[in-house]
Amino acid sequence: MSERGLSENAKSEIRRLMAQFPQRQSALLGALFVAQNEVGFLTPDALADIAVVMGLPASEVTSVASFYHLLFFRPVGRHVVQVCTNLSCMLNGCGRILDHLRRQLGVEVGETTSDGAFTLKTAECLAACESAPAMLVGTERFGPLTPGMVDEVLSRYRRATRSMT
Amino acid sequence: MGEPVLLTYLHEPDQGELGAYSARGGYEGLRRALSMSPEAVTDEVDKSGLRGRGGAGFATGRKWKFIPKDPAVTKYVVVNADEGEPGTFKDRTLLEGDPHRLIEGIVIASYAVGAHLAFIYLRREFYHAREMLERALAQAAAAGMVGRNAAGSGFDLSIVLATGAGAYIAGEETALLESLEGRRAMPRLKPPYYPAVKGLYTQPTVVNNVETLCHVAWILAKGYEWYRQQGPPILISVSGHVARPGVYEVPLGTTIRQVIDRAGGMRGGRQFKACFPGGSSSAILPAAYLDTPMDYDALAKLDVYGSMLGSGALIAMDDTTCMVEVVARTVEFYRDESCGKCTPCREGTMWLGQALHRMLGGQGRVEDLPLLDGIARGMTGTCFCPLGESVPPAIYSTLRFFRHEYEHHAKTGTCDVRVMA
Ligand SMILES: Cc1cc2nc3c(=O)[nH]c(=O)nc-3n(C[C@H](O)[C@H](O)[C@H](O)COP(=O)(O)O)c2cc1C
Ligand code: SF4
Ligand code: FES
Repeated sequence: MSERGLSENAKSEIRRLMAQFPQRQSALLGALFVAQNEVGFLTPDALADIAVVMGLPASEVTSVASFYHLLFFRPVGRHVVQVCTNLSCMLNGCGRILDHLRRQLGVEVGETTSDGAFTLKTAECLAACESAPAMLVGTERFGPLTPGMVDEVLSRYRRATRSMT
Repeated sequence: MGEPVLLTYLHEPDQGELGAYSARGGYEGLRRALSMSPEAVTDEVDKSGLRGRGGAGFATGRKWKFIPKDPAVTKYVVVNADEGEPGTFKDRTLLEGDPHRLIEGIVIASYAVGAHLAFIYLRREFYHAREMLERALAQAAAAGMVGRNAAGSGFDLSIVLATGAGAYIAGEETALLESLEGRRAMPRLKPPYYPAVKGLYTQPTVVNNVETLCHVAWILAKGYEWYRQQGPPILISVSGHVARPGVYEVPLGTTIRQVIDRAGGMRGGRQFKACFPGGSSSAILPAAYLDTPMDYDALAKLDVYGSMLGSGALIAMDDTTCMVEVVARTVEFYRDESCGKCTPCREGTMWLGQALHRMLGGQGRVEDLPLLDGIARGMTGTCFCPLGESVPPAIYSTLRFFRHEYEHHAKTGTCDVRVMA
């Protein structure tokens, strides 16, 4: 395993995904998430490993990955915060929520907190407009958000991060 | 008004469990379908009048009939669970609350068209839905409802769950197939790449929306006549400035006003100003159209370009809403989600975004009104796929119904909407 490449476990998970499809390239998006979840983001080594395991040109792997918003080529925090800024959330005050997050995290959209805990991002409609304004933290959905609720969620994730380390 | 159909059991906490689902009549549609001929199943869906709920509203039975009957030809069924049209959240609600219903619909559709492999293309951000669906798929397989010899019928079907990676355009059916083949989600040329002719791996493919297939499960369980008597039902995602946003089930043809009333009316006693009746890809309608029935033809026949039922996403806006801001946000969305393949969409959304941004920043000019209209015209009928074509309706309708707001922004550099409200 190269320094920032994939473990044998990750490679066999990718092979398992490939076996589900009549054509192996169909497993590429899944493989990219396997890599991202293991390494944290798509390093050149991880992309190269995917290309070898899947028998695809490295350029194709990178080109496909670069098309999608949820695949990252740079490090992100342990928890990615995605605040919806689309119509229903805008009509319900997502601007205020985003400002509050900026202040509480001390970062701008696209940036990661210095402790590496959170990356702040905006998102398009999360299909959660009934609870607008809405956000995702990692894989968990929250809404309708108030600044107080944002604080609670952040401190819960901060505690969880601390107990992990 | 009919009884609820699709939402009947969604409030039951155990509805995602096979046992509870079956005890409430689940998988009866599948058993009935598998006892019929595939042609009879397709006919039943045809007679129900069901039209696709993903946005385009194509007749489901007719779509299935395009698939060649030759058993030597490999066919696929692909479920579009990429729900991304702004304002739409009914598919996510169904996936989280009634996952077995979708599985039942998939088996029925696959049987009807002779597919032995089906794929669910699930939006990546639907983490909870994925958990529910994975669990339900495992239960259905263990109980023999999917897999070899489904429900003892001799019909074999495997269902594979795949996820997207964040791209609105991947919801467009040909872009979805590209993505499912592991490529960039760029729309394909039609013809020749109609999914029913050259779909996934260039084989004939049915692409159906999540809600569509849930309807199919109910139609086969209860018969098309019963189904039609219920409305037929459709799900509307109601959001924005209403008192109780949520998914509502109404008979097709319920008016916009009635749907808003179901959602508790406008919030805080405010006045209705305008709405998107069918997601952000549809035109924006002012109060004069509140009594329009929410049905495919009534909305499409209005004298407003781009008015449509679409995915059934009703975004209601009250009198505090700045329409220029709404249109700017809408345009930015399409600009950021454009795949960049064709010039009118890529450049048009960029220029529109700049002009609107300038106007909101107090730097607008009166000449910007014809400019916006001109850019929209340059995009109309010239884009490679419907994403680009989704932009002009919001521009035209607001330039027509809320022209004074653009003019006020352009002349004074300020917004007077909240002050006047
Ligand atoms: C830009 C764009 C995005 C779309 N997104 C979705 C979507 O998220 N879900 C969906 O079911 N259909 C979506 N559609 C419609 C699909 O292309 C297709 O018509 C639909 O999946 C067919 O299923 P149905 O006949 O059951 O509605 C989208 C279309 C376009 C042009
Ligand atoms: S209209 Fe837009 S999204 Fe569609 S193909 Fe052209 S650039 Fe891509
Ligand atoms: S607009 Fe924010 S979840 Fe839909």
